[in-house]
Amino acid sequence: MALLEIKNLGIAFGGLKAVDDLNLSVEKGQLYGLIGPNGAGKTTVFNLITGVYKPTQGQFFLDGENLTCKSTMEISRKGIARTFQNIRLFGKMSIIDNVKVGMSNHHKYSVAEGILRLPRFFKEEREMTEKAMSLLKVFGLDSDPNILASNLPYGKQRKLEIARALATGPKLLLLDEPAAGMNPNETGELMDMIRFVRDEFDMTILLIEHDMKLVAGICEELTVLNFGKELAHGKTSEVLNDPAVITAYLGE
Amino acid sequence: MSKKKVAEKVKSAVKNKNLHTLLITVIAYVVITALISEGVLSRHYQSLLVPVGINIILAVSLNLTVGFLGELTLGHAGFMSVGAYAGCLFTTYSELPKWVEFPIALVIGGLVAAIFGIIIGIPALRLKGDYLAIVTLAFGEIIRSVINDMEITGGAGGLKGISKYSDYTIVLIVIFLTIVIIRNLVKSKHGRAICSIRDNVIAAESVGVNIVFYKLLAFVLAAFFAGAAGVLYGHNLGILKPGTFDFNKSIEILVIVVLGGMGNITGSVIAAVLVTVLPEVLRELADYRMLIYSIVLIAMMLFNASPKFRAAKNLVTSKIKSGISFAGVKIKSLFIGKRKGTR
Amino acid sequence: MLFLQQLVNGLNAGSVYALIALGYTMVYGIAKMLNFAHGDVIMVGAYTVSVAMTTMALPPYLSVILSMLICALLGVVVEKIAYKPLRGSSPLTVLITAIGVSYFLQNVALLIFGSNMRKVESVVNLPTVNIGSITLTGESIATFVSTIIIMICLTLFIKFTKTGKAMLAVSEDKGAAQLMGINVNKTISITFAIGSALAAVAGVLYVSSYGFVGPYTGSLPGIRAFVAAVLGGIGSIPGAMLGGILLGIIESMSKAYISTQLSDAIVFGVLIVVLLVKPSGLLGKKRNEKV
Repeated sequence: MALLEIKNLGIAFGGLKAVDDLNLSVEKGQLYGLIGPNGAGKTTVFNLITGVYKPTQGQFFLDGENLTCKSTMEISRKGIARTFQNIRLFGKMSIIDNVKVGMSNHHKYSVAEGILRLPRFFKEEREMTEKAMSLLKVFGLDSDPNILASNLPYGKQRKLEIARALATGPKLLLLDEPAAGMNPNETGELMDMIRFVRDEFDMTILLIEHDMKLVAGICEELTVLNFGKELAHGKTSEVLNDPAVITAYLGE
Repeated sequence: MSKKKVAEKVKSAVKNKNLHTLLITVIAYVVITALISEGVLSRHYQSLLVPVGINIILAVSLNLTVGFLGELTLGHAGFMSVGAYAGCLFTTYSELPKWVEFPIALVIGGLVAAIFGIIIGIPALRLKGDYLAIVTLAFGEIIRSVINDMEITGGAGGLKGISKYSDYTIVLIVIFLTIVIIRNLVKSKHGRAICSIRDNVIAAESVGVNIVFYKLLAFVLAAFFAGAAGVLYGHNLGILKPGTFDFNKSIEILVIVVLGGMGNITGSVIAAVLVTVLPEVLRELADYRMLIYSIVLIAMMLFNASPKFRAAKNLVTSKIKSGISFAGVKIKSLFIGKRKGTR
Repeated sequence: MLFLQQLVNGLNAGSVYALIALGYTMVYGIAKMLNFAHGDVIMVGAYTVSVAMTTMALPPYLSVILSMLICALLGVVVEKIAYKPLRGSSPLTVLITAIGVSYFLQNVALLIFGSNMRKVESVVNLPTVNIGSITLTGESIATFVSTIIIMICLTLFIKFTKTGKAMLAVSEDKGAAQLMGINVNKTISITFAIGSALAAVAGVLYVSSYGFVGPYTGSLPGIRAFVAAVLGGIGSIPGAMLGGILLGIIESMSKAYISTQLSDAIVFGVLIVVLLVKPSGLLGKKRNEKV
């Protein structure tokens, strides 16, 4: 059974069907790409499967569990984590705290334990700090963990967002245009990092990307969206050579 | 105990902000007591001690919602009034001795205000920014006009005959508890969740932060301390009038929070002292007092917006902070040194 | 008949609120700030008319025009000195500055005129009309007529003049408007000028019915109008009109049928309920953050 199973998913804003009857399944451990021209509805798909929007048709399942009508918070706790196209960090918090916020649900102590500084507070906080530092290290952000997130350069902000998403301990990681605004060098580095994350954390990754070099380089399977509908799907090399896909991207 | 472990303990004790706060509170207590017994502090300035303390409690608690949660609220005086009436009615009707009934009254005032905190926190789940500000303002005004209309509260004439229990000792204790509780909350996973809502609510939700819970938590806790501050207020003056808790009082506290710096507890304390004492210092200027206050207010905001001024302010607060921890190190090392000697 | 009389009273008060609310809403739409000092412009307008008519012995219509000019100037100057440097800073900073300006205006008035209420002669010279058992004072007739005229003129102004369209453009997107060659600073100044002039008219009408003016005269109608603007959907001009009228009616009805003491609570309660059902007010635009 696939890890993520999307069945006939769709949403209409007024009369406009932003996503229409989408079927998609991502196997565990896969690196899956969601591509398509601007406005094709890719980010909307992410917003649907993270509960930001409620679908007007269809369902989606994670590990066989129906998450269709769950809230964003519940979906995150069930194991879907994401990054955002326009980076959304906790700007006035330190980068280590950004990661720790992601970890909160795995390290429990009550409000009273926190206020009274009971033993469990120290134990859990120590564990969180250790784990957060090792995560930051993976992304090369461990040199100054107390720097404010908004003071990081752009490329590092993207990395921090991925680190924060991983901190939630997800089964599925959604990356929304991770290479946006990066130069070819940085993109190459990012590709290595995504592969590393998949192998190291045993992660399943669904990503949206416009950079065809990245898509062709790391994605194993692709779905192409156009005007909210699936245009093609299959193995990366086959899809990228599909005449219909080429037309959609380049026009007639 | 190995040397390394001792060193670590010392290090963490020196860094322990709760100990700093305790130290400063004790020092403040000793200094104030000494100044009064030496007759340095005039009766007029003595009468300011409790109001200054009350404003510190109000500002630190409002900082939780405005500075850390990032929601603009204009109804803090409303919480204060609900707590004040609840606590003062309790001591008026109960016949327990002072040291039993006053702490109970503080808790009752806090709890009743906290219940109102939930009621006001609920719209905060749906509204944000200016709209939430208006709704909290509206709540504050509703509370005021309902109290005005009730019999048990004495209506517009006020609730009279409240025992004058508040003194600077109890106020210092409540300040200490307020600061420690709010700071410990903020510096825990729960506080991080609250701050993450301020910085980016969509991202916070996407990493599984329970927005509803943490927004309500911040509102409830802030309301609790505002209510307790109200109880202190009522037992200081001996009379409560609904007019005291109007919109202008909420604004006064908000001004303190903004001047002290959003999310800066030390700043709130310093600003509370300045904003409360300054008008009293200007008292000789009589009619011009409020005029000067308003000009200072506008000027402060304009300065605050300029980056140069902000840098200078940060420098000053960090100097003060490092001064405090330096004192902490000194005292700690004295203490540890002595213990080593006896061993 | 009591009901109809209360309706008339409500419409009267509501018209004044609507005029003040227009100023709030226009400024909010363009500068994205809650101008708390707007209420005190009413007070300045009222004092000006009073001084113009008694001390300077000007005829009523000239006094009103003078008052509008002075308030418009005041609005522009306040914006230039206090608000313009804060563009782009946090809404809280701007809000507190506006409150500072409000205190400032009140205390200047206090120093000049003292804390005693000053008697104001009505600028309206119309007879009281009785229709059945309903009494329409000259002041309420003047209030209705001038409110209606002002609203029509304002709507036409915004729809059909270049400046009006510039105001719409700036409120939609300041940056884009600037790129299109619109002078944003000038447009904001004009908005403050118009809003403040309207507040002057409202102030004159308010104290003409009321008979007195004091340093704090502006704060109560100011807050009410502010609530009206939010109720109607802040930023929306028809919303301000609707909100103002509704608020006036609710207020007078609750005073007549429920309790004078609790009328404030009822007005604010209605506001809260409306915002909970429709978070952007009755006619406000809903803005969703794009994820």
